[in-house]
Amino acid sequence: MPNIITSPVFVCKDNIDTDQIIPAQYLTLVPTIAEEYEKLGSYALVGLPDETYPVKFVAPGELKTKYQIVIAGRNFGCGSSREHAPIAMGAAGVQVVVAESFARIFFRNCVATGELYPFDARERLCDKVQTGDIATLDFDADTLTVRGTTYSLKPLGEVRPVIDAGGLFNYARQSGMIAAKG
Amino acid sequence: MTLTEKILARASGKTHVAAGDNVWVNVDLLMTHDVCGPGTIGVFKREFGQDAKVWDPKKLVIIPDHYIFTADSMSNRNVDILRDFAREQGLPYFYDVIDDPNGHWQFDASRGQLKQQYGKNYTGVCHTTLPWKGHTRPGEILFGTDSHTCMAGAFNQFATGIGNTDAGFILGTGKLLIKVPESMRFFLEGEMQPGVMAKDVILHIIGDIGFDGATYRAMQWEGPGVFAMNMDDRMTIANMAIEAGGKNAMFPYDEKTGAYVRERVAENGTKSEFEPVELEKDQTFVYDKVFNLSELEPTVACHPDPGQRKLAKEMNVTLDRAYIGSCTGGKTSDFLAFAHVVRGKNVKIDTFGVPATTKVVQELKDTLWGGISVWSILESAGVRMTENASCAACLGGPVDTFGRMNTALKCISATNRNFPGRMGSKESQVFLASPYTVAASALTGRITDPREYVS
Repeated sequence: MPNIITSPVFVCKDNIDTDQIIPAQYLTLVPTIAEEYEKLGSYALVGLPDETYPVKFVAPGELKTKYQIVIAGRNFGCGSSREHAPIAMGAAGVQVVVAESFARIFFRNCVATGELYPFDARERLCDKVQTGDIATLDFDADTLTVRGTTYSLKPLGEVRPVIDAGGLFNYARQSGMIAAKG
Repeated sequence: MTLTEKILARASGKTHVAAGDNVWVNVDLLMTHDVCGPGTIGVFKREFGQDAKVWDPKKLVIIPDHYIFTADSMSNRNVDILRDFAREQGLPYFYDVIDDPNGHWQFDASRGQLKQQYGKNYTGVCHTTLPWKGHTRPGEILFGTDSHTCMAGAFNQFATGIGNTDAGFILGTGKLLIKVPESMRFFLEGEMQPGVMAKDVILHIIGDIGFDGATYRAMQWEGPGVFAMNMDDRMTIANMAIEAGGKNAMFPYDEKTGAYVRERVAENGTKSEFEPVELEKDQTFVYDKVFNLSELEPTVACHPDPGQRKLAKEMNVTLDRAYIGSCTGGKTSDFLAFAHVVRGKNVKIDTFGVPATTKVVQELKDTLWGGISVWSILESAGVRMTENASCAACLGGPVDTFGRMNTALKCISATNRNFPGRMGSKESQVFLASPYTVAASALTGRITDPREYVS
């Protein structure tokens, strides 16, 4: 994985739940089927209310988003255990979510799938940056730099090597917890 | 140790664990359904091989329940994927929609939504099925690919929701690495007043601690108020731990729990041995608060999240629709409470009733009040009752789902979640309340305190 990524950011507020990340009618798509995985990406964050979020996360007709970094408020990913949520964002091309806090199952699913790096912010970044701002995330320094200001993030700690490896299975094999693939 | 710590210590082969420890636990039961099962099976096969066998067929329960009574072809296909896997793996606990193990499920929309379209093995909503079919046992570890798996905490069980990847890992290994959560204690005393239900208790408490107030934590319930509750009430409360962000809910074991579990494991021939965890004096909590149940009043969680607490009596909201159903609010006791309010009256707004399980359907038809079945009493009051037990519109689902809100409607619902778009259109609004409050509101067409309707 790259040590630094630079991308426009998409900003959302508190309590973005899994129904807003991937509405329930799209859960018929099975993430382990390649073409359905890709389609899940095209629906990422489509449940956000239009009046609050006039900018579409994935442009109409596209499969991918232009925002590799998502900035959020408190309790990002609350609600369902649907792994479709981090997968939809990952499939859309998101690499990082920086939130004030995460819901437990969403955070765990980010790590288990290796789809997203879930960074905890040290301050309420969703009120300081705007959708479309260009940000640089430095994975080694644990910082996010936007419009000349550098914000320190809480280090990923023990979950980083799991995501670096590509998720739970790859990590478990690398570290000998389960047997290598035959 | 707290009850959660005691179970996790036992399951990880340790004498002691503390909050923050990461431990490998042996899994007693894994549950999955039609929404996450196909993906879980996909992960399992990708990682362990096309011919791999699950770690223990008796410890896997598969319950199609989410998107069943819909003409959506992908949903129907997903039930077929579960059936193929159950057959291939020789799974004893697959509660299929149809009877033919080699058949294909296809919902027949021309027969309508109300009349039974399932075979003899179908059960309905997974969390309500698990205890009914003898799969919940005190002291055990249950993981499910559904966030409301925490409902089984009512049975002194460690139960929590996980994603497909973790579930695929369990399918191959029977183990999972988890963090021991900090515990919060909710000590209940006093008696609930007439018109107040367990749903009001949990809505009150979520409002108190906030919608993310239990994030990463175990919610442990204690006190005389807890022991006075029946198992249905405990399930309602445990079910909604996740609505405060909780990892799990944990109820102490008592003779009510034991009797309930013993009856059902005997009825279904499931494993009968279990070892509850008992309360001990030396427990560490990060939060500890006493709640007096006698002070609680009918409570509503307003759009757009379960932490938006108000009292029903203070609200003046006009409604388009009422809904009773789901794991939280679709049990027999929920429908009986609802029927108590609407009996002999007529609902004023579109009102949908979706029993959680096929057993609830049967019980409502078998229960007679003055020689008339509760089912008929509900229908006579104008409630659109379906025999097709499932999750239905609680989580929206495909557009033809029974009760789904396809336009910007306002609904009062006995379900558990009210995020934007939860029950369909993202312009719609959901207000969560008890079956009593939903029933009284269905009669008036606006959010209504049910106490004047409850004798």
